[in-house]
Amino acid sequence: MPTDAPIPTEKGARGDILKMRDLRKAFGSRTVLDGVDVDVKAGEKVALIGPSGSGKTTILRMAIGLTKPDSGTIQIEDKYLWHEMRNGQLAPSGEKNARISRRPVGMVFQQFNLFPHMTALQNVREPMVQVLGLSRKEADAHAATLLDQVGLSTHKDKRPAQLSGGQQQRVAIARSLGLKPKVMLFDEVTSALDPELVGEVLRVLRELSHASDMAMLLVTHEIKFAADIADRVLMFDQGKIIEDGPPSQVIGDPQVLRTRQFLRAVNER
Amino acid sequence: MNASFWDWSYAWSVLPSLLEGLKITVFATVIGSAIAVVFGLVLCMLRLARVPVVSQVVWFLVEFLRGTPFLVQLYFIFYVLPHYGILFSPLTTGVIALGIYGSARAAEFYRAALETIPTGQWEACLTLGLPIRHVWTGVIFPQMWPIAVPMLGNLVIAMFKDTAILSTITVLELVARAKDAGFQSFRYLEPLTMAGLLFWIVSYAAARGIRYLESRNAH
Repeated sequence: MPTDAPIPTEKGARGDILKMRDLRKAFGSRTVLDGVDVDVKAGEKVALIGPSGSGKTTILRMAIGLTKPDSGTIQIEDKYLWHEMRNGQLAPSGEKNARISRRPVGMVFQQFNLFPHMTALQNVREPMVQVLGLSRKEADAHAATLLDQVGLSTHKDKRPAQLSGGQQQRVAIARSLGLKPKVMLFDEVTSALDPELVGEVLRVLRELSHASDMAMLLVTHEIKFAADIADRVLMFDQGKIIEDGPPSQVIGDPQVLRTRQFLRAVNER
Repeated sequence: MNASFWDWSYAWSVLPSLLEGLKITVFATVIGSAIAVVFGLVLCMLRLARVPVVSQVVWFLVEFLRGTPFLVQLYFIFYVLPHYGILFSPLTTGVIALGIYGSARAAEFYRAALETIPTGQWEACLTLGLPIRHVWTGVIFPQMWPIAVPMLGNLVIAMFKDTAILSTITVLELVARAKDAGFQSFRYLEPLTMAGLLFWIVSYAAARGIRYLESRNAH
């Protein structure tokens, strides 16, 4: 089945690679998502901003199935994440279906989550061997290229503990890239870094945003950076998207009072 | 009355029998701990597998075995099961009982080791789509082992000392031999002292071995 076949939906244009509809989630009595729709076009770079606890990280985690919504649907390419069509009807499905559906999505975490017992090269190589079925030799060559791309060719035989946070994060980016995702999720990827190491990771992200045709969703507190590389900015507040538009609008000339307040608070840091 | 404090010739005369007993003690420990190391992991995985009923049953089994005296478990297999047609030799009974009791304790050690692995490791595996088998063999076990091995080592040493209890079901291990020798000659000092020393030498050597493994795993 051709993956680019457009599936008609009531909302969302042709070529949407990610379609999230009416997502709701509560942890106990706390509502974190209160009916959120997100559509992402193939190749689109989307920044998610907003105060902590506003739901932006939850949306990101939902896009790859780390967090399951209480209700709503998620479609990646033409596949539902937690549903499947049964007799022409949308029916809930489990982890097995999610494993297949999330394949085109990759994720980079705030805490890197590298495998500590493997070298940088092995970290990048193993998923390619295990998931893509490449031979160890092919995967090694490809992994070396990727590490070179993120500026780590001289560190490929080091373990995560021997690398700085910025270097670890770049390995994690290379590891995700190895699986050729069509959508890549970045969850506050510079938040755990010492200030002097933030730049090297942002540089890699900036290059990726220019050179790669994959869609990127970034949860970030680096507002200037978001304004720079994003095609679109989503402003989250209290479990809802309160503003959605190009950075020139949402960051440059926000229409919603709450957005203005948030940006002012961030700038005063 | 000529109560000499320590009789060397008598000590030497019982040593061969004690060494025979030590062989049985070591044999029971090795087989029992092999069962514990393997079966403990199985129990730990079953408990985690979130299969309804199975997980609860395994949870109860582990807690029950850990919460009852080894001696009771041993007597149960030795005295009760034969009434239902399940009959083993004393040594086999001892090894099975050690293995079962050890499994329950090992299961807890595996669980503790597993809990030290950060959630982020699981999340990375999930988002990368690693096959579940490889998640265990390639990511989780390699990080679990260095933590579990010293704990399992201490368990083996504890089991080694627990084998003494097998003397109560007529297994001719080290303690039983020492007691027999004392019973025959009315001199308990030499055989029991030597039995204690033999236990200590083996477990001290084993403890040193574990510490060596630990330091090697530290990096």
